[in-house]
Amino acid sequence: MAEPLLRLDGLRKHYGGLAVTDGVSLEVLPGEIHAVIGPNGAGKTTLIHEITGIVAPDEGRVVFAGQDVTRFSLPRRVRAGLARTFQITSVVAGFTARANVALAAQARSGSSFRFFRPAASERRLNDAAMQALAEVGLADRADTPAGALSHGEKRALELAIALATEPRLLLLDEPLAGAGPEETERLIALLTRLKSAYTILLVEHDMQAVFALADRISVLVYGRVIATGTVAEIRGNPEVRAAYLGEDGA
Amino acid sequence: MREAWLPLAVLIALGAAPLLGFGGSYETTLMARTMILGMAAVSLSFLVGGAGLASLGHAASVGVGAYAVAILDAHGVTEAARVLPVAVGAAAVFSLATGAIAIRTSGVHFIMITLAFGQMAFFTASSLAAYGGDDGYTLYSRTEVLGTRLLEDRLAFHYICLGALALTWAVCAMLLASRFGRVLRAARENAQRVEAVGLAPYSFRLVGYVLAGAMGGLAGFLLANATEFVSPASLSWQRSGELLFMVILGGAGRLWGAILGALAFVLLETWLAQQMQHWKLVFGPLLVLAVIFLRGGLSGLVARRHG
Amino acid sequence: MTTQLLLVQALNGLQLGILLFLVAAGLTLVFGVMDFINLAHGVQYMLGAYLGASLAAATGSFWWGLVLALPAALAAGLLLEVLVFRHLYARDHLAQVLATFGVILFLNEGVKVVWGAAPLQVAVPPLLEGGVEIMPGLQYPLYRVAVLAAGIATAAGLWWLVERTRAGMLVRAGATNAAMVSALGVDIGRLFTLVFAFGAMLAGFAGVLAGPIFSVEPGMGDNVLILAFVVIVIGGIGSIRGAFVAALLVGLIDTLGKSLMPDLMRLFLDASAARQAGAALASMLVYVAMAAILAFRPAGLFPVRAG
Ligand SMILES: Nc1ncnc2c1ncn2[C@@H]1O[C@H](COP(=O)(O)OP(=O)(O)OP(=O)(O)O)[C@@H](O)[C@H]1O
Ligand SMILES: [Mg+2]
Repeated sequence: MAEPLLRLDGLRKHYGGLAVTDGVSLEVLPGEIHAVIGPNGAGKTTLIHEITGIVAPDEGRVVFAGQDVTRFSLPRRVRAGLARTFQITSVVAGFTARANVALAAQARSGSSFRFFRPAASERRLNDAAMQALAEVGLADRADTPAGALSHGEKRALELAIALATEPRLLLLDEPLAGAGPEETERLIALLTRLKSAYTILLVEHDMQAVFALADRISVLVYGRVIATGTVAEIRGNPEVRAAYLGEDGA
Repeated sequence: MREAWLPLAVLIALGAAPLLGFGGSYETTLMARTMILGMAAVSLSFLVGGAGLASLGHAASVGVGAYAVAILDAHGVTEAARVLPVAVGAAAVFSLATGAIAIRTSGVHFIMITLAFGQMAFFTASSLAAYGGDDGYTLYSRTEVLGTRLLEDRLAFHYICLGALALTWAVCAMLLASRFGRVLRAARENAQRVEAVGLAPYSFRLVGYVLAGAMGGLAGFLLANATEFVSPASLSWQRSGELLFMVILGGAGRLWGAILGALAFVLLETWLAQQMQHWKLVFGPLLVLAVIFLRGGLSGLVARRHG
Repeated sequence: MTTQLLLVQALNGLQLGILLFLVAAGLTLVFGVMDFINLAHGVQYMLGAYLGASLAAATGSFWWGLVLALPAALAAGLLLEVLVFRHLYARDHLAQVLATFGVILFLNEGVKVVWGAAPLQVAVPPLLEGGVEIMPGLQYPLYRVAVLAAGIATAAGLWWLVERTRAGMLVRAGATNAAMVSALGVDIGRLFTLVFAFGAMLAGFAGVLAGPIFSVEPGMGDNVLILAFVVIVIGGIGSIRGAFVAALLVGLIDTLGKSLMPDLMRLFLDASAARQAGAALASMLVYVAMAAILAFRPAGLFPVRAG
C-alpha cells in the first residue's frame, strides 16, 4: 500500500462535555477521493477544522506528507499544500473573482511583501487566476465582484481559489450544499475532472454524488469513524445502513 | 480615479493660493495646518479604510515625530538630514512596539488599546520637564535644510507641506494597490480567507501600522516646524479623535476623502471660532449630525455624483 | 514610606476604584448589551458632578443635591439616548466613537457656558465632616469612608439586580446573545433605553460623590472615561464582576503607583530625576497593566462571550 498523503491519529476535540471528534483516525491515500459522510452534527466540519488548524485538537496528530503538522497554523499548512473550502462560502466579497484567485496565486508565487507595483497589473498572477477560473468554468465572470456572484458560482470560485494555492490535498466541506440542480451537475462534472489531478477529502451529504465520485468512504457518527471502505463495502455495511443510510432511505 | 478631480483641484488650489494673493502669514499658517493634518489623516485613512485598523491613537505617532524635533532642538541638533530620519524613525519604532501588541486584538479592543497607548505617550510627554512638561516646548528655530534656513521661508515651507501631502497620498495609494495592499484589503474584509490562501494577516497589518506611523512621524516633523512649538496636547486622544473624524467626514472608503475631511474640518473649526467664543457648542452637534447622516462621507457624495 | 501612609494610599486607591466602578458599570453594561461604545459616558459623570454641585448650592444641602441630581442625570441620559445614541446602535464602532466624541465636545463646552470655566468647590456635608481613626493616631476623612461604603453598597445592589432579578437576567442574556433575547419577545429597544439611562445615572452618582473630593470642572470626565475604558477592557467587556475587580485594581495601581513610584525610582536615580521619572511611570502604569493583561488574555480577565 502506498504511503498515505494524510494521516489522522486519534483526533479528539471536546466542547464542554460533548466529544465532537472522539478519537478519529483515518488515512487519505495519494490520488484518491476519500469521502467523509455522516449525519448533521457528526463532527465533519470540526474534523476539517482540526486538519487545517482552525481548531486545535485536544489530543491526536495530523500527519501530512510525512510531516507532523499538528502544531502548524492555518497559513503554514496551506503553504505546505493543504487547501480547503468552507461549508459557509468564504470569499472576499468586495474583490472581483479574478482578484480573489490572484490573491491565492500571489501567496504561491514570490513574496507578498512587495510594495511598489500594482498587483492588478501582474500578468503572471492574472494568468494563473484566469487559468484556475477557466478550470471551474468561471472565466467569463472574472470581472464580477465576488459578492455579486450566485451561490453556486461562489462555491466554484472558492474551489478556484483553493486550486490556485497549488495544493497537494483538497479538503472540500460540502461543495454541493445549497447549489441548484444545474449547478450541482456542473460541480459534479468539475469534481470528476479534478479527480485525475488531485487528492481530495470530500465531506458531502449528497449520496448520489459521493457514490459516483469517491474511491473510499469513511462514515462518521457522533465523532467516531464507524466504518471505512470502498463504495460497495459501505453500501453493503449493515451497521452503516442502520446508523446512517437508513435515515436517508438510500 | 476619475472621481478624484475634487481632491486634485484642492491640491492645485493650495498650490496656486500663494500666487493669487493668499500668501500672507495668516493664510499660509492656516493652509499649512490643513495640509499637515491632511497628511496625518490620509495615513490614518490608509489604516482605517485600507487595513481596517481603526486606531484611536494615531495622534501619538504624529506627536512622537514632533517631540523628536523638540528634543533634538533642545540639544542643538537642527539639521533636517539628521532630524527628519530621527522623527520618522522614532514614530515607526513607537508604532512597531505598540502595534505588535495592539494588532493581536481586534474590534473594540483594538480601538481601546490604541487609545491606551496614545495616553501613555501623552503622559510621557507631560512628564518631560526638560522639554516643557505640560506647558510644551518652543523651538529655538525651525529645522535647517543642509545648513540653509529654507523652512523659515514662508513660500518654501508652503510648497514643502504641499509636496509632502501629495507624496503621502501617492505612497498610500501605491501601497494599497500593491501585493502588500491587496493582502491588507482582503484581510480587512475576510481575514480567514487570507489565512486560507496561506498568508498570515498579522505581519501584514503590523507592517501597515508601522508605515502609517512613520508617515504620521513625517506629519509631526512638519507640525513642529509649522508652529515652532510642541506640546502634549498634540498627542492627546482628543486629537486622535479629530483625525479619525477627518477620515470619516471625508469617507473612509477613499484615501483622498481624508484630504477633503481635513480641509472641511479646519475651515469649519476656524470659521466657527471666529463667529463665537463657544464654537464647540455648534461643532459638536455638527459632528454628530455628520456621522449620522453623511454616510460614506464627503467623498461618497462626490463619487455618487459620478455614478 | 510608612505603613500608615501606605494604608491611607491604599484606601484612597480603593475609593478611586469604587468611583471608577460606578462609571465603568454603566459603560460595560451598555457595551455588553448593545455592543455600543459610548465615549460620552465620561461627560455624564461630569454632568452628575455639576448637577450635584449646583443643586446642593441652590437647596443649601448636599443631600438634597444628591437626591435631585440622580433623576436629573437619569433624564439627561434618556435625552441623549433618544436624540443621539439610538440612531447609532446599528452602526459600526467607529461611527459610535465619533458621534459620542461630538457629544463630549458639546457638553464640555456646555458646562463652561452654564457654570463658567473655573472649577466649582463642593463642601463636604456637615454630617460627614471630620475623620475617623482607622489606626491609633491615624485619621482618615469620614467623607471618603462614606464614599467607599456607598460605592460598595451600590455594587452589592447592582450585583443583586443583575444576578437575581428578571430585568437583570435579560441584561445578562442580552450581553451574551442579543438576538436570542429579541427572539424571546422582549422589546430590546426598551431594554436598551433602560440600561442606558440607568448607566447614566450611575455615572452621575459617581460624579456627585466625587464633587467634594476632586474639583468640579469642564473636562473632568475625560480622564475618568479613559480609566473606565481601561477597567472594562481589563475586566472583560460586559462583565459586572470583571468591572468591579478591574476597577479596584486600576484604582490601587494608579494611586499606589503615584505615591510609590518616585520613591522606587530613588533607588536608581537622583531626587529630581526620580520624581520626574516616577511621575511619568506612575501615569503609565495602568496602561502598562492593561497591555500586559491583554497580551495574555485578549478578552480580559472575565470574558463574557465565548469565542
Ligand atoms: N465552537 C463550538 N462550540 C461548541 N460546540 C460546537 C462548536 N463547534 C461545533 N460544535 C458542535 O459540534 C457538533 C459537530 O459540529 P460540526 O459542525 O463539526 O458537524 P458537521 O458534521 O459538520 O454537521 P453538518 O453536517 O451540519 O455540517 C455540533 O453538535 C456542534 O453544535
Ligand atoms: Mg459541517
